[in-house]
Amino acid sequence: MEETQKKEQTASTHKIGIYLWIWGLLFVLSFFSYMVDWFAFQGLLRWTLILIFMFLKAGLIMAFFMHLFWERYALVNVLLWPMTAIACFIGLMVAEGKYTVFTRLLYFFTEG
Amino acid sequence: MSDNTLNNLPGGFKGMSSDFGSDQTAFKGVQWGKVMMWIFLLSDTFVFSCFLISYMKGRASTVVDWPNPSEVFALHVGGVPVPLLLIAIMTFVLITSSGTMALAVKYGYERNRKMCGWLIVATALGGLTFVGMQVFEWSKLIHEGVRPWENPFGAKQFGSFFFMITGFHGTHVSIGVIFLFIFARKVFRGDFDTGKRGFFTTMKSDYVAIEILGLYWHFVDLVWVFIFAFFYLW
Repeated sequence: MEETQKKEQTASTHKIGIYLWIWGLLFVLSFFSYMVDWFAFQGLLRWTLILIFMFLKAGLIMAFFMHLFWERYALVNVLLWPMTAIACFIGLMVAEGKYTVFTRLLYFFTEG
Repeated sequence: MSDNTLNNLPGGFKGMSSDFGSDQTAFKGVQWGKVMMWIFLLSDTFVFSCFLISYMKGRASTVVDWPNPSEVFALHVGGVPVPLLLIAIMTFVLITSSGTMALAVKYGYERNRKMCGWLIVATALGGLTFVGMQVFEWSKLIHEGVRPWENPFGAKQFGSFFFMITGFHGTHVSIGVIFLFIFARKVFRGDFDTGKRGFFTTMKSDYVAIEILGLYWHFVDLVWVFIFAFFYLW
């Protein structure tokens, strides 16, 4: 048991270059997302850029810093599929939020 | 994970179905503690998602203008307001500490005790810096009159979401810092080289513990990526 664990451990280290590259990329992407605010982009462009940089950063952290890229699909899928429930929840709450603001505008301002 | 027995198994989705159908350990080549940490992080993901979704719903449904985070979180440098300066520095500090943690895990598996220990200490110091800056940010906003029930900038919900979301994240960072110091001590003492038994368990210490600790720390950084995007930038 210990013998196999030791083998796994020596095998599962990766070259330092990968970590330094990801580290550098995370810095660059964070800088870019800060620049979105710095240049005060507005509207659809702002939201798209924020989401792109956010997902790239999250993906890099999960894939390489958290080693998911090297894990077997059994673990990866157990972790990633529940996220679809969150996506559904977001969709539901977007609709709910629209309904709430609609009723507020209707009753707060029309019937005073 | 490129152990020989693992390489002989099918990969990809075929591997997934055979792993789950193998009538034994489903997560092959993954230490149980690591699986448990992942399951915990998954549940934590749901907690933070609920916070951020309630924030989204609150912000989307208020009829009062939302405060402009770019102005609220601006710092005055030489009399000129720089938007989100402190938050940007906090982001870079947290990413730096995430990088040192990733390297600590790598050196741990290579049984480089000193490098691993010092990198964990560096990670903990980064975390402390982050929490310190968050304390500064909180006291600044509280001084300006932001409360969970009101604030001078706009929609009342702003304060409660701000304190709840960043407070919960800050708590995670603080707990992480405590564990980082505990594990730095264990590493320096050589627990993971000698396989000394832990305080709460009869199992032998192993450098996989550093990877598990690293997972938690990277998750804290990951959550900050989402908070930064949705709360501060949006």
